[in-house]
Amino acid sequence: MKKATVLSLAFCAGFSIMCFELIGGRLLRPFFGSSVYVWGSIITVFMLALSIGYLSGGRLSLYKANLTKYSFIFIFSAITIIPTILFSEPVMDWVFGLTEDPRYGSLTASAILFLIPTAIMGMIAPYSVRILTESKDSSGQTAGFLYFVSTFGSAIGTILTSFYLVLWLEINQVLWLTFAIMMIAGLIALAVSYWEAKQIHPGEI
Amino acid sequence: MKIFKGIQTRFLGPLGSILMLLLVSNHLYAKTIHKERSIYRNIVITEKKDRRCMRFETRKRTKSNQACLDLKNKDRLVFEYTRSIMVGLAYNPTPKRVLIIGLGGGSLPNVFAKILPKTEVVSVEIDPAVQKLAKKYFDYKESDTIKTVIQDGRVYIKRAIKKGQSFDWIILDAFNGDYIPEHLLTTEFLAETKQLLTKDGILSANTFSSSKLYDYESVTYQSVFNSLRILSSPTKGNRIIFACNCENIDSQFHLDSELENRLKPFAIDLPMLVDRISDKINWDTSVKPLTDQFSPANLLNQ
Repeated sequence: MKKATVLSLAFCAGFSIMCFELIGGRLLRPFFGSSVYVWGSIITVFMLALSIGYLSGGRLSLYKANLTKYSFIFIFSAITIIPTILFSEPVMDWVFGLTEDPRYGSLTASAILFLIPTAIMGMIAPYSVRILTESKDSSGQTAGFLYFVSTFGSAIGTILTSFYLVLWLEINQVLWLTFAIMMIAGLIALAVSYWEAKQIHPGEI
Repeated sequence: MKIFKGIQTRFLGPLGSILMLLLVSNHLYAKTIHKERSIYRNIVITEKKDRRCMRFETRKRTKSNQACLDLKNKDRLVFEYTRSIMVGLAYNPTPKRVLIIGLGGGSLPNVFAKILPKTEVVSVEIDPAVQKLAKKYFDYKESDTIKTVIQDGRVYIKRAIKKGQSFDWIILDAFNGDYIPEHLLTTEFLAETKQLLTKDGILSANTFSSSKLYDYESVTYQSVFNSLRILSSPTKGNRIIFACNCENIDSQFHLDSELENRLKPFAIDLPMLVDRISDKINWDTSVKPLTDQFSPANLLNQ
């Protein structure tokens, strides 16, 4: 139960990260254009955010890792997407006025809009490994399978967003969808964690 | 064919085959005289007879030239659509400032330089290699009045509004048959363009939309400018959309024999083109305009 939950949630996280990244590109275009450095800025910020996320997610997993804390990562990342949805325009407008260099303009805007939610989403992968690992011997296999699931989720998120979601939905609707996926994933993790606690200590809750 | 091949191998040998091939290819295909890899695409300069063209390499089989120059008569505008764009002069024969989004070979700025030497023409081009090749192979000359800015068109327009600039004529020529920059086809972008126009300023957009995009594109322009005038090419798939920052676009197109004569060296048949301008709405007006939030232009164009 726990294993299946963690794996499917890792899939959702992988999916959401790429969905967010692709939509990020469309979000910046009206202000910073579609020059090559706009994508450069976005990818830089996402890679930086994920590296920070991996580092801090791994660190966090050292302190009594459990499913409840895991669910909070999802819920927290969902909440941090909200300001990006609501304030992207004024933020980009402000950055646009700040610098005439479109490279650093798009880099600054990307950092403000995408760094925090993506870094939090990045915490999910190492934390999932911690929850799933049962022994030292199988840890490599666990991590490998987890990477498979979450990166596969990223692939699906990329193709679905770029091929279909942009045709079916508005940009903000896709962002709300990402929010909903992360929020629901977090709530499912929370529910499973309560259910498991109940199984182990019946009557306590 | 078989006999031909037989003759080739028997009488001419391998060298002869190569020579034959060279002769045939020279006659039928345009010769590549330069190839350039830019950060956005591969650009090829070709020459066939007296025509030199700039082409973006695509995987599509149909080759779409971005710009062509008639080497025997360099003034002559080779493309029908460039001639059609210049019909904007019948609306305002003396624009002081002109903004062109998409440089290509620079044939439009060259016309302005010749007939309106005092007019300031700013061309905005995203790809620095296009500017370089326009200067080297297409006689594009920059000066105090003919300027090029390497930037994304949308970014340039937003910045120009903030700086309080304005233009009498904005020409959107950033669309080709293969790819549409989607952020240049939304109500927000067109509203910005309108804001950058002087009062009674005119917009000409060269568009290549087909299938569903035709409806979406038309409605998007309509939602910002209300009244449109369309100059469709009878043979090619493109059309020029004219719109203005004014009350009534119709009253503004004037035929003038002096202008007509001035445009003749460029192969622009002004009366014929003005006559072809239509106000007919031949698109589905029930579709929603494209916005920054919803702009899958390339997916709609299939």
